[in-house]
Amino acid sequence: MFGAVSLVVANPFTLLAQDSKQSLVNYEIVDVIQSKSIPKSLTGKRGDKKRGEALMIQRSKGNCLACHQVSLFEEKAKTDPNAYGDMGEVGPTLDKVAKRYKEGQLRLLLVDAKQVFPETIMPSFYRVENLHRVGKKFKDKPILGPQEIEDVLSFLLSLK
Amino acid sequence: MSQRLIICVMLLCLPSFTAFAGDGREKSVAPLDGDNPLSNLWSGFYYAKPQTKQMQLDDFENPGLLYVEEGADIWNSRAGEAKKSCASCHGKGDVSMKEAGARYPVYSARLKKLVNLEQRINLCRTDFQKASAFKYESRELLSLTAFVRHQSKGVPVRVNIKGAAKPFFEKGKAFYYQRRGQLDMACNHCHEDNYGKYIRSNLLSQGQANGFPTYRLKWQGLGSLHRRFRGCNSQVRATPFAFGADEYVNLELYLNWRGSGLEVETPAVRN
Repeated sequence: MFGAVSLVVANPFTLLAQDSKQSLVNYEIVDVIQSKSIPKSLTGKRGDKKRGEALMIQRSKGNCLACHQVSLFEEKAKTDPNAYGDMGEVGPTLDKVAKRYKEGQLRLLLVDAKQVFPETIMPSFYRVENLHRVGKKFKDKPILGPQEIEDVLSFLLSLK
Repeated sequence: MSQRLIICVMLLCLPSFTAFAGDGREKSVAPLDGDNPLSNLWSGFYYAKPQTKQMQLDDFENPGLLYVEEGADIWNSRAGEAKKSCASCHGKGDVSMKEAGARYPVYSARLKKLVNLEQRINLCRTDFQKASAFKYESRELLSLTAFVRHQSKGVPVRVNIKGAAKPFFEKGKAFYYQRRGQLDMACNHCHEDNYGKYIRSNLLSQGQANGFPTYRLKWQGLGSLHRRFRGCNSQVRATPFAFGADEYVNLELYLNWRGSGLEVETPAVRN
């Protein structure tokens, strides 16, 4: 389980081009003294923090607020309660999450949190295999695309 | 807010709390079976908003009782080639159905599987009334099911999971703990690990079945437990099963076992 997997493809962008088949880009999981992480960007590009914030609050996308609380959003909820309000309490706060985890660890938690916390309620945002009875509309599609993962990650890394 | 104001507000809230106290819904109940993973059972009533609770408790306000009345009419109406009503065989519902609503689903030796209350009613329709079965989730079947289960209101749920029912119970349990859908969640992730916590604007309950069929404000109508299952399954982006599917009836037995000890509340009112 903790074995290092090396699955890096020379050019991940070629895979992105075949979007219709919904094949996922490959990523490399490394395991440094039982601290698993995905050190490299899924797309080779940096994420967009602003887009990441939008994905986090969007109910049909990341919907991170369903379970996590972000103090920064409490102020925004006063003027835009529909978008930023009703933060859940199922998961830990994301305040200062970048101090608790390194970039690569956070990337893996977004991609497939069960690699770290096997029993967690948290969905695996970038995994399509070993799922049970996935609805037709969602079959073989990850919850977030690879660049979207990087975008959310970029926002999380700003929470120091 | 000054301390005095806080105390005043607390005192104002007091009557609404006391109104529910002592009726068994605001307190937790110990499970009948020591193997239950839940050490305290809470009806979904406990997690409902105060105005929703009030709506359930007030017989004039509870919209589910309109269905119960319609169910009573069906109970007393002759139907099918046999020209029999439910009452022709079972007499008064409040006597004959006093326990039925608390102990279903049960194992049917003839069908070699479990049947729930809806299916039992339809078996009576086809076998004894010589009438056509009601469509699952039809107004008629919901009303009659609500009527029957309402006769057991206040009776603690107690289902048989032993003997022939055992393998079906085990299947229901396996379903409960099976992650499913794109969101990869099992029932326990919300209703065992996180009840009492908010998930966005929704307060998670223990997912108890003792109030079904339930009037949901979201549905603007009465709905079956299987409708709720389908909703949960769709929410985690899984393919739901059909109404009355064996998988759901097995899960229904398992859930009723998890809630064994809670009183039947049909028709409950929920968000």
